[in-house]
Amino acid sequence: MESPIATADTSVIEESPVARVAADTPAIEAELLIEEISIDGMCGVY
Amino acid sequence: MSVVLESVLEIHPQVAVRPETFGALAYHYGNRRLIFLKHPDVVTVVQALNDHPDVQSTLNACGVTQDRWPSFIAALSSLETSEVVRERQIAS
Amino acid sequence: MSAKSLVEEMKRGLDAPICLTWELTYACNLQCVHCLSSSGQRDERELSTEEAKKILDDLRDLQVFYINIGGGEPMVRRDFFELLEYSVANGIGVKFSTNGAFIDEEKARRLAAMDYLDIQISLDGVDAATNDAVRGEGSYDMAIRAMENLKAANFGQFKISVVVTRHNVSQLDQFKALADHYGAQLRITRLRPAGRGADTWHELHPTNGQQREIYNWLLKHGENVLTGDSFFHLNALGESLPGLNMCGAGRVVCLIDPIGDVYACPFVIHDEFKAGNVRDEGGFAKVWKQSDLFLSLREPQSAGACASCGAFDACQGGCMAAKFFTGLPLDGPDPECVGGDADEALSIISRGSEPKPSMDHSKPVTLTRKKLSVSASH
Repeated sequence: MESPIATADTSVIEESPVARVAADTPAIEAELLIEEISIDGMCGVY
Repeated sequence: MSVVLESVLEIHPQVAVRPETFGALAYHYGNRRLIFLKHPDVVTVVQALNDHPDVQSTLNACGVTQDRWPSFIAALSSLETSEVVRERQIAS
Repeated sequence: MSAKSLVEEMKRGLDAPICLTWELTYACNLQCVHCLSSSGQRDERELSTEEAKKILDDLRDLQVFYINIGGGEPMVRRDFFELLEYSVANGIGVKFSTNGAFIDEEKARRLAAMDYLDIQISLDGVDAATNDAVRGEGSYDMAIRAMENLKAANFGQFKISVVVTRHNVSQLDQFKALADHYGAQLRITRLRPAGRGADTWHELHPTNGQQREIYNWLLKHGENVLTGDSFFHLNALGESLPGLNMCGAGRVVCLIDPIGDVYACPFVIHDEFKAGNVRDEGGFAKVWKQSDLFLSLREPQSAGACASCGAFDACQGGCMAAKFFTGLPLDGPDPECVGGDADEALSIISRGSEPKPSMDHSKPVTLTRKKLSVSASH
């Protein structure tokens, strides 16, 4: 379109709610798939 | 390096994967890191990595639908940071 | 599955321990005042080398990744290296906990040549005065010499493990510096009133103010400091410390003692918490999977008197061992409850009436043995 900067700004504003949701969902599910714990991190060992 | 769909990965040879009801425990004997794989699907994918050309084909073969790919990519990236998975080495 | 429900899964127990402690012997060259296993003299019923290897076979089949070997002093066993090598050869990583007396230059080199091996040197003071008051004369020098030998042999990173007491809380920064000096990893753990620990617990355990110091120190400086998740009772003070934040006894960890008895954890060596013996039919696997004690520990536990406390989610009511050996009920506050909720109950328990450990392998007290000076402050 005519003014790349204005267009880019507008498109970012219009797109971001959708993008934000899409970005949030995988991030939340990613937390659910992997969890690291120290081999020393459970109570009841030397 | 972050994992992408084109990544060619394998389980690190010093890692043991022990099935559990919730998924599996993965333990890296070299760096002592212990990781809970908290869903059976991520276990299936991790164990299938070496049998497929890349991450994308592994996810397809394991029946992981595309909407879930971002979270699996994030999980594999995390596993790569812990050295549980790594870039596939060429067998000598 | 959320992070919280993962812990709920752990509380229901796993088909095999994640890691366990194995005390190889009750024999020891030291007589630390707070010894959790009341060690000193070998028990004549001690497991043989063959029996020990059978346990390792079982652990291998269960896919136990890692064991913590201790005692007593594990290096006094003649088959110590044989068992280490057998364990590692069977895919079981080993950390052993030692006072360092037997790590001379030659042993240090031998240990440095081994893989999948971690070493933990016990030290309870940054100077001989503080340390030896608890662990005995010469024990500080023993530990430092072992560290020097491991460093000279290029062992790599070993651990220095400190039991936090009233007299060494002020030394946490110095312990960290000591560990950094050796390229070692610092580990600080909670004093429990277990074994001989019961005799001096009331004088040695950190005060309420010191507990807050420990908690704050861990939050600020504890990034690379291990704790064995032994301070989860302090999570009631605020943000949770790293760890599973739950009691692992009988659920993800347990103890095998020198005569093959299996206990929920090393801090409850008492018949009340004995699950069985590896010499029984079915061996360790059967005890782990089917013993009445472990099955009952894997049931949801009653919060009891703590049910209405807002902090219970964070502190889980604290430590079974701490409650049991101070004479408190298990379904109530920990003796070191940060809210002081156990103070009144503790004050009416007469000293000496608390449960005693089932066995005592302490060496007989001689006239020359130095008594702990409980008022020592440094």
